[in-house]
Amino acid sequence: MPSRSADRAATGRRVRVAIPTPLQSYTAGATSVTVTVGSDSPRLSDVLAALDAAYPGIRFRMVDEAGRVRPHVQVFVGGAIERDLAALLPPNTEVFIVGALSGG
Amino acid sequence: MSPRTAKPRLAAPRRVRLLIATRKGLWTLTGDATRRTWKLAGPAFLGHIVHHAVLDPRDGRTLLAAARTGHLGPTVFRSTDGGRTWKEAVKPPAFAPDSGRVVDHTFWLTPGHASQSGVWWAGTSPQGLFRSADGGATWEGVAGFNAHPMRKAWCGGDQDGTPDGPKLHSILVDPRDARHMYFSMSSGGTFESTDGGEDWHPLNQGVRADFQPNPDIEYGHDSHCVRFAGGNPDRLWQQNHCGLFRLDRPATRWTDIGVGMPKSVGYVGFPMVPHPHDPDTAWIFPMDGGSVWPRVSPGGKPAAYRTRDGGKTWKRQADGMPKSQAWWTVKRQAMTADTFPTVGVYFGTTSGEIWGTRDEGRTWRRLGGHLPHIYAVEVG
Repeated sequence: MPSRSADRAATGRRVRVAIPTPLQSYTAGATSVTVTVGSDSPRLSDVLAALDAAYPGIRFRMVDEAGRVRPHVQVFVGGAIERDLAALLPPNTEVFIVGALSGG
Repeated sequence: MSPRTAKPRLAAPRRVRLLIATRKGLWTLTGDATRRTWKLAGPAFLGHIVHHAVLDPRDGRTLLAAARTGHLGPTVFRSTDGGRTWKEAVKPPAFAPDSGRVVDHTFWLTPGHASQSGVWWAGTSPQGLFRSADGGATWEGVAGFNAHPMRKAWCGGDQDGTPDGPKLHSILVDPRDARHMYFSMSSGGTFESTDGGEDWHPLNQGVRADFQPNPDIEYGHDSHCVRFAGGNPDRLWQQNHCGLFRLDRPATRWTDIGVGMPKSVGYVGFPMVPHPHDPDTAWIFPMDGGSVWPRVSPGGKPAAYRTRDGGKTWKRQADGMPKSQAWWTVKRQAMTADTFPTVGVYFGTTSGEIWGTRDEGRTWRRLGGHLPHIYAVEVG
């Protein structure tokens, strides 16, 4: 499925976010979306806030109320696992959200 | 017949629908007026862990379902058309960000008082109490419990309690007074509020806590299920980790009603189902609580037990159930009753079977099966 744009701000940096199947009910099936964050040097938390603004409710399913990425969700920034929401996004990086292996 | 002597005539519903919440989604099982023909439908939320699904009796069409998945956090889904369409809560139950606590799952849902349209209550794991004033769309923590200075002492740590997390459950709202409430916890015991949830106090006198160094404690008990007696909200029934109890308010000391159970069966179990029209009648479904707590039908011989005298005596009811090698587990929300004049009782097993009786337990019949692990069965 093609990527969908969820731009809300007229200016700022555009970040592509890959959405795993468990969260695609929020993105109407889109496997990746593009969000716009206001800062030129955004943090991961800015990306997730923009994602939640475009797709309400999606953040709480992957990040708990204490601000921690849930145990069975993995977030990759530029190919590396990142669980610190305050981490800065290097230029031209994409965010991959993955449902970690678990189940039964 | 004069109005003074007239007995209320109970009209038989035209059908009965069971909401079956499972580890892999939500199903419904609908029986016709004879309760002989049943039709299974679903699933909704396939792959979601659905801990509880409840109909709002105030409008007869709003449903709430507490769900999460293996990967994703907990949420609540709402339907205002009897389950045809669903919307997710805008703000599901969650602890205050500065509390350091995290809701693992919403475990229990209770519609609010008849006078408070749109009010719902939710109990979570670990133990938290939440309230919605808009039909389940947004939820706020009840600070009177969640931030109570004694909360941690009452509950223990968030890792203590039942194997899949300690729970707040059995939220009861007095039908005569919206401000008078009870809830119970595994672990923690039973608590009461007389001010709509702004403050709570323990209500556990007389309840055993055999697993504690001091079994005669004020709180820290393991209540499995607490219900109002049918037609008498001054009477509470309790199935506890350590036995069966009854409380008749305004007394504050529970009466042990497990002494009438056969020793070979014991008094451990999860659900407690009141007869909707008779405050002296209730059903339980005993589990093996010996040795390492197998929590299956004792001896592999499943049976419900019914009292008709307030818990003094219990009668085994197993006609129609397997006579041996049936190692069923029935969880605390997985047994319920309808409101027919001759009451039907229903239960679901963790092995995905649904059983029921349409003659108050004299005979039982398998109504469906091949479902995932069943967490809850409610009439709705």
